Amino acid sequence: MLAAISAGGVLGALARYGVAEAWPHPAGGFPWSTLVINVSGCLLIGVLMVFVTKVATDRPLLRPFLGVGFLGGYTTFSTYIVDIYQTTSPWAALAYLGLTLIGAMAAVWTGWEITIRLVRR
Amino acid sequence: MTLLLVALGAAIGAPLRYLTDRAIQARHDSPFPWGTMTVNVAGSFVLGLLMALPAGTATAALVGTGFCGALTTYSTFSYETLRLVQDGKRFYAAANIVVSIVAGLGAAAVGIILGEAVS
Repeated sequence: MLAAISAGGVLGALARYGVAEAWPHPAGGFPWSTLVINVSGCLLIGVLMVFVTKVATDRPLLRPFLGVGFLGGYTTFSTYIVDIYQTTSPWAALAYLGLTLIGAMAAVWTGWEITIRLVRR
Repeated sequence: MTLLLVALGAAIGAPLRYLTDRAIQARHDSPFPWGTMTVNVAGSFVLGLLMALPAGTATAALVGTGFCGALTTYSTFSYETLRLVQDGKRFYAAANIVVSIVAGLGAAAVGIILGEAVS
């Protein structure tokens, strides 16, 4: 169990590092890559949680590996918070704070709702 | 080399998040996700401290990108908030968002101030 979480976390963190390296933002600029990482991770956890609670209920390692591990390692709350201080313009910082939060909540809801409709068909 | 340090930090951070969450959630019956909030606030403090210290790229990769990145999570935070809404616990859901962000910002500020004071 812990090994699955750890392995998933490593892969998720490397994926996040890869996106951040491929799409760097200037110092103090708007951290688009972190926003996209967090929102996409929230969309995926919405999809995954329907899958592990309604479909693949006989796969006990799926949630630890993909949910707790991979998506937990991929998304980040600490970088989100520190990015807010490092964004030079206060308006951009506020927009980043709000857009990430609204985007993340909309994404997890969308992922859950779409997947549950597909599953129940 | 940077990749290895990110991987090593995450290999520790992700299971530590799980163990912390389990330990905290086992101590109370409230539907409030204290476990995730604790790791998110703690990780924000550590990352704030790290950013204010004159840390090299290796330390930033290991502790910042790897450990703090994997210790903290936005996906579980959003999913637990969604679950609270789905269970009709809207007050808890709103409180989870507000307290996580306010406490995270406060913890990071303390980390930054502490880091600047010692460096």
